[in-house]
Amino acid sequence: MKSTKDIAALLDEPACEHNKKEKSGCAKPKPGSAAGGCAFDGAQIALLPIADVAHIVHGPIACAGSSWDNRGTRSSGADLYRIGMTTDLTEQDIVMGRAEKRLFHAIKQAIDTYSPPAVFVYNTCVPALIGDDINAVCKSAQELWGVPVVPIDSAGFYGTKNLGNRIAGDAMVKYVIGTRDPDPLPINSPITIHDVNLIGEYNIAGEFWHVLPLLDELGLRVLCTLSGDARFREVQTMHKAEVNMMVCSKAMVNVARKLQQSYRTPWFEGSFYGITDTSQALRDFAKALGDDDLTARTEQVIAREESRIRAELEPWKARLKGKRVLLFTGGVKSWSVISALQDLGMVVVATGTNKSTEEDKARIRELMGEDTLMINDGSPKALLKVVHDYKADILIAGGRNMYTALKAKIPFLDINQEREFGYEGYQGMLELVRQLALTIESPVWQAVRAPAPWKTLAAFPEAA
Amino acid sequence: MADILKRNKALSVNPLKASQPIGGSLATLGFNRAMPMLHGSQGCTAFAKVFFVRHFREPIPLQSTAMDQASSVLGADENVREGIRNIAEKSNPALITILTTGLAETQGADVHRNVREFREANPEFADVAVVAVNTPDFTGSVETGYAATLVEIIRALVPDAQTAGTYPGKRKRQVNVLASYMLTPGDLEALRDIFEQFQLRPVFVPDLSDSLDGCLTDDDFSPVTIGGTLISEMATLGDALATIVIGDSLSKAAELLEAKTGVPTYPLPHLYGLKANDALMCALAKISGNAVPERIERQRAQLQDAMLDTHFMLGQLRVAIAADADLLAAFIDLVQEMGADVVAAVTSCNTPLLAKIPVASIKIGDLEDMELMGRANKVQLVIGNSHAVDTAERLGTPILRAGFPLYDIIGGYQKTWVGYRGTRQTLFDLANLVINYSHEEIPVYHSVYAQKPASELTDRPQPCH
Repeated sequence: MKSTKDIAALLDEPACEHNKKEKSGCAKPKPGSAAGGCAFDGAQIALLPIADVAHIVHGPIACAGSSWDNRGTRSSGADLYRIGMTTDLTEQDIVMGRAEKRLFHAIKQAIDTYSPPAVFVYNTCVPALIGDDINAVCKSAQELWGVPVVPIDSAGFYGTKNLGNRIAGDAMVKYVIGTRDPDPLPINSPITIHDVNLIGEYNIAGEFWHVLPLLDELGLRVLCTLSGDARFREVQTMHKAEVNMMVCSKAMVNVARKLQQSYRTPWFEGSFYGITDTSQALRDFAKALGDDDLTARTEQVIAREESRIRAELEPWKARLKGKRVLLFTGGVKSWSVISALQDLGMVVVATGTNKSTEEDKARIRELMGEDTLMINDGSPKALLKVVHDYKADILIAGGRNMYTALKAKIPFLDINQEREFGYEGYQGMLELVRQLALTIESPVWQAVRAPAPWKTLAAFPEAA
Repeated sequence: MADILKRNKALSVNPLKASQPIGGSLATLGFNRAMPMLHGSQGCTAFAKVFFVRHFREPIPLQSTAMDQASSVLGADENVREGIRNIAEKSNPALITILTTGLAETQGADVHRNVREFREANPEFADVAVVAVNTPDFTGSVETGYAATLVEIIRALVPDAQTAGTYPGKRKRQVNVLASYMLTPGDLEALRDIFEQFQLRPVFVPDLSDSLDGCLTDDDFSPVTIGGTLISEMATLGDALATIVIGDSLSKAAELLEAKTGVPTYPLPHLYGLKANDALMCALAKISGNAVPERIERQRAQLQDAMLDTHFMLGQLRVAIAADADLLAAFIDLVQEMGADVVAAVTSCNTPLLAKIPVASIKIGDLEDMELMGRANKVQLVIGNSHAVDTAERLGTPILRAGFPLYDIIGGYQKTWVGYRGTRQTLFDLANLVINYSHEEIPVYHSVYAQKPASELTDRPQPCH
């Protein structure tokens, strides 16, 4: 089990604005009115997209049984991450102290069956509580079988999903990053190629593939995205990047900070949602790399892509212009999505800020004006009240709120990790407008809101 | 009759099993104005919630005692009491269940004591039923967690006949139905219809057809379940004519209900296939004193006709089934009734029922086990949950989706499997899956002397002489 000291160290993240307020980041959850995941959930979300690794969940069935093969992340090749693996601990294992032994053999079985380049072992509540030493088990398994075995000590009760993200990032820095140098660059390239990383890019529904071709065109070699469509051998090389981009979330900011500390890699924060932010991210790469030729080429690509996509969006903009949006997403995503929606001429009437930092909030005010309603209470009841009071045409939120909206007969767009559609990059905007129009303009709203005809007198013509 | 093949590998790969707290939550969600609360860390609840939301495509009331590092180590009694209090204050529930997780049980929680303490300290919530159940995920499965929760709910909410003055048959049309997790909301609706044709009034315990049937209500939002078995109705179970129990996993709940009320029990293992539904109709005819209605007789004849039509596709079909015990037994009976061969039967945990199932062996394991056995036995059709879709794809067979969870199709929760009509539709579905798949075509032979047009000769290996 991690000591309280270890956890406190992870919570103390100097690169995160939340840090200034209190060390524990978020308020303590209240029994009976809690919502949200756990540290294991966060760790698994952060690393499961590494597609060729055998991900073993060490614990009884509930942790893996309810969660395996459950994300929208896509791989361009390897698909071992979609195979659910767990030690499925039994009462006997726990009472008789056989859990470590089972884990040891489980690692062997995974290596024998699937020959993965590495095995990740996620610790969960029960083995943490009974004191399984997963670090030692992983170490001896690695020595014995010659395959990297990485412990991710992420028992749920350590804390929130956010903490789990950091635990995951911490494990990558500690055990994986820096263990291999990148493949040689292609020779005879007419342009200078720069190595970069993206941290916190999950390739939901394959959306990063809208962006990656542009990075290729600019000569930005993505050593690794942590962790969408990543491979173990890519994670190993992350220390060699010239610059890191923190994508859309501070969840793994500890990785960026530690890479800066150890390897002096500069990092910046950005997003690929919306035209404005996508262009900004490309400019930030050029700026951080200080390459004049790259800067010039970046401006060309931006000009070309922006004019192309604006032309394609034109017919949609007329349909969406002036539509009122209630946006309820966590943290940084708020401002990033706001700019995407404003690009379309939509009006964001309110936004959730319960996970945002003061800096995020300042950016939101900058984008939306001082009067913006910022919502901290994300309960279904509170959200619905805002929708009604502010006459929102659509709720954009995480999948968890989907049925809140639908049951209240309100159009809805899923913006979180489980979604089936990719919105990143210039091209992603087309999918976004299509999905927005699909729900807002749907004829079903009229059908579900109107009472049955026999409930109104007008339905019965007077008998002649 | 079946040999039980125990788990013999360290790693469970592509798990079939869902946990006991999931089962306990599902049982709770079939009661009106109910809220299950998992005693564990927040993730236990978050995962369970996602599991149900993806299956039912409905908002799911589910809470957590939110154990953290301190309460995991030092004790979480206050978490339980505070959690109950918060739900009772905020959500006006009729029933709260406290379902333990592996974390709470490993720690040594005593939730039953916590409930007593809550009762003493909070008399103002005396009208809220609170039921604690031990459902650690290091043992059992969805099936056992569901059954254990029903046992505790019956223990807490059904009064003894002597003290309450209930007696069997006081309500002349009421029949209690203890419904296994394998019955979908669609199944329960179909059953209600059948019971009503016999002039009987079924009381389903629990009743997912009234709470998770995917129904749009006038209320925008409710923190607890809308619909389901009324808690007040539990006091009337002792006045029923009879109790029909569907699913072997509920036998303990059935014994307890009969011991408390004296209402006679009619146990039925499942309602898949001709024989199983014949048993139901006989029981209903006996209980009601009415003859089997003509409409049902016609449906039986329709099923018989469908059996004739589909036996060409389903006879000798090599089937692999992965499901919890009640559902496994149901499907095995159904496909065996059609002359199919069960070449791989996999289930998630050992139960007394398994040994009685008429197959050579049953493997306690995961979807990888089904895949290996299926491949070795040249399986032609897979029956399993949405996780088994990838398995079937690797095996190159079609799949009939059944059980929990079904997240890659819409409306899986509403499919009707039971009754003569449900069975008929299941046979059609099975036959349609294999109609173009299963029968082994004779490979095309091209004669080296044939006078086929030259255009057909391309891409073909040249004669070797």
